[in-house]
Amino acid sequence: MKNFTYYRPLSLEAAVALLDTRWGTTELLAGGTDLLDLQKEYIAQPDKVVSLTFIQDPVFTRIEVPQILPGTKPTVSIGAAVKIADIAEHAELKHLFPALTDAAAQVGGPQIRNMGTLGGNLCQRNRCWYFRDEHVLCLLKGGRRCFAADGENRYHAIFTKGHPCVIVHPSTLAPALIALGASVEVLGPNGKRTIELSKFFQAPTKPDQREHVLAPNEIVVRVLIPVEGLRNASYEVRHKQSYDWPLAQAAVAFRLIGGKATDVRIVLGHVAPTPHVATEAQKVVEGQTITRELAEKAGEAATAGAVPLSQNAYKVHLVKVAVKRALLLASGAQPDWVI
Amino acid sequence: MSQTHPPPGKPGISRRQFLTGTGLGAAATALLRTSEAPTQANQAQAPKTVGFGPNPVACELLVNGARITVHIEPRVTLLDCLRHYMDITGPKRVCDRGTCGACTVLLDGRPIYACTMLALEAQGKKIETPESLYEDGQLHRVPAAFVQYDAQQCGFCTPGFVMAMKACFDRNPNATPAEVEQGLAGNICRCGTYQQMRDALRSLCKKGG
Ligand SMILES: Cc1cc2nc3c(=O)[nH]c(=O)nc-3n(C[C@H](O)[C@H](O)[C@H](O)COP(=O)(O)OP(=O)(O)OC[C@H]3O[C@@H](n4cnc5c(N)ncnc54)[C@H](O)[C@@H]3O)c2cc1C
Ligand code: SF4
Ligand code: FES
Ligand code: FES
Repeated sequence: MKNFTYYRPLSLEAAVALLDTRWGTTELLAGGTDLLDLQKEYIAQPDKVVSLTFIQDPVFTRIEVPQILPGTKPTVSIGAAVKIADIAEHAELKHLFPALTDAAAQVGGPQIRNMGTLGGNLCQRNRCWYFRDEHVLCLLKGGRRCFAADGENRYHAIFTKGHPCVIVHPSTLAPALIALGASVEVLGPNGKRTIELSKFFQAPTKPDQREHVLAPNEIVVRVLIPVEGLRNASYEVRHKQSYDWPLAQAAVAFRLIGGKATDVRIVLGHVAPTPHVATEAQKVVEGQTITRELAEKAGEAATAGAVPLSQNAYKVHLVKVAVKRALLLASGAQPDWVI
Repeated sequence: MSQTHPPPGKPGISRRQFLTGTGLGAAATALLRTSEAPTQANQAQAPKTVGFGPNPVACELLVNGARITVHIEPRVTLLDCLRHYMDITGPKRVCDRGTCGACTVLLDGRPIYACTMLALEAQGKKIETPESLYEDGQLHRVPAAFVQYDAQQCGFCTPGFVMAMKACFDRNPNATPAEVEQGLAGNICRCGTYQQMRDALRSLCKKGG
């Protein structure tokens, strides 16, 4: 790891003031589960590391669930410094947003969840093995081509949408949060702004871009989730029970009125450079009663537009299964698969 | 990453400078308490955050109840700080990438990977390493069960598994075998001694931890 100067600001404003206006020279450090890895591999070589660990602003460090009264539109606030384990185990969040807490409970392993934060999870870098290899200069690192496009791509995107870098977005919390209609509050040199989470991610293609739209001198302060009484669930297909990222994930949320699903959101994870909204599948479910047949049809529809690479056609099938099962889970159906 | 002991001579910044440089001396060493959070006033006095390093800086950690100060570069991980600078070698360095659990220590009671945290980030927190499990000639019941059930082969993963298992019982003395196994999901045994570890943890569950 290249050595650096370490800063320990005690407020979010002081942290922002330390950040550079371009990527690469300064890095924010939260749980370190991603950043330290990147530094050890010389993918990140910051001169300055700005620790967020000693900032005690409650907006940044706490989970706030307001009283939920009929006729009000309450919002849950989860600070960016909240540990993933604390999200997974939070009783009220489990009740309101099982899509989020189930996804949180499956991230990495216990140690990763005890260290990793919500902000770090949303801002983590992609896991493409060419990107993570110091000796490979691929497109995203300023090279001329993407080595995954026709190389070892079994864990890469099936919805590439013409993007020249075919990574998948690594966050499993993001699809759940997008389905729940969450937004992020961000602090920069000019103050705060709020971004809908569905507009927070981007498909990067150059070294001066990240997997999100933040400026290099902005910090995620918290995530806001409206309490809308939506049924919601997340289903992940995993190779191993722990340690790894899922192969495919579907997060769903909808309102159930008179047995019919409305305001349907279906968001896929680990199949595209950004969390992928399955618009066609949403249309299939909108206004309908969720049955096994309908869930299966939605799964089929969710694969619309998929163009697998040489080694990942299997993910097309996983998407169908994940969407079907997430819909059934959210509708309250008894699982007919082994869990 | 520096594998050697701290270079001789003066560190780049004295302990006093390091502690006061943050504008909140107490936060750097003592256990952080909310009452010690910076007020608007003292932040206004210290608008500029002082940096530490890249030369070695003083770092005091609270390990197994003892306060230990070493001089380390900011890039030194908690694991390397414990092993190379404090001679606390219970936590093992196997993958050094947060993917095996051999380096597991408890930070304020929760298992974490010491290889994936900077030592400076662990300041003010209670650190427990496998060394804490042998006191007054008495082996803690978790490692004792590992001995009884022959739950190790090469032993490299063992300190990490023991710490992760201890954390499960500390948290819930009535944890079920399934719950403890979930708590061990961040540790890998390359020798595959899982059945013996299962036997060991079942014996502890029966005794109510
Ligand atoms: C073995 C393993 C398995 C994993 N499995 C999963 C999984 O299944 N699903 C999943 O979602 N993730 C998974 N992860 C990733 C893990 O969730 C992330 O590494 C973690 O959430 C990052 O959080 P952190 O606080 O440690 O971030 P750090 O490593 O400290 O930071 C990560 C990045 O985010 C930036 N950052 C951090 N906080 C902020 C902020 N507040 N504002 C702006 N930028 C910020 C940092 O500058 C850095 O670039 C896994 C990781 C490992 C090692
Ligand atoms: S997918 Fe992106 S990160 Fe991976 S090799 Fe291609 S350009 Fe590089
Ligand atoms: S050495 Fe830390 S997890 Fe492997
Ligand atoms: S006993 Fe050898 S790795 Fe577990």
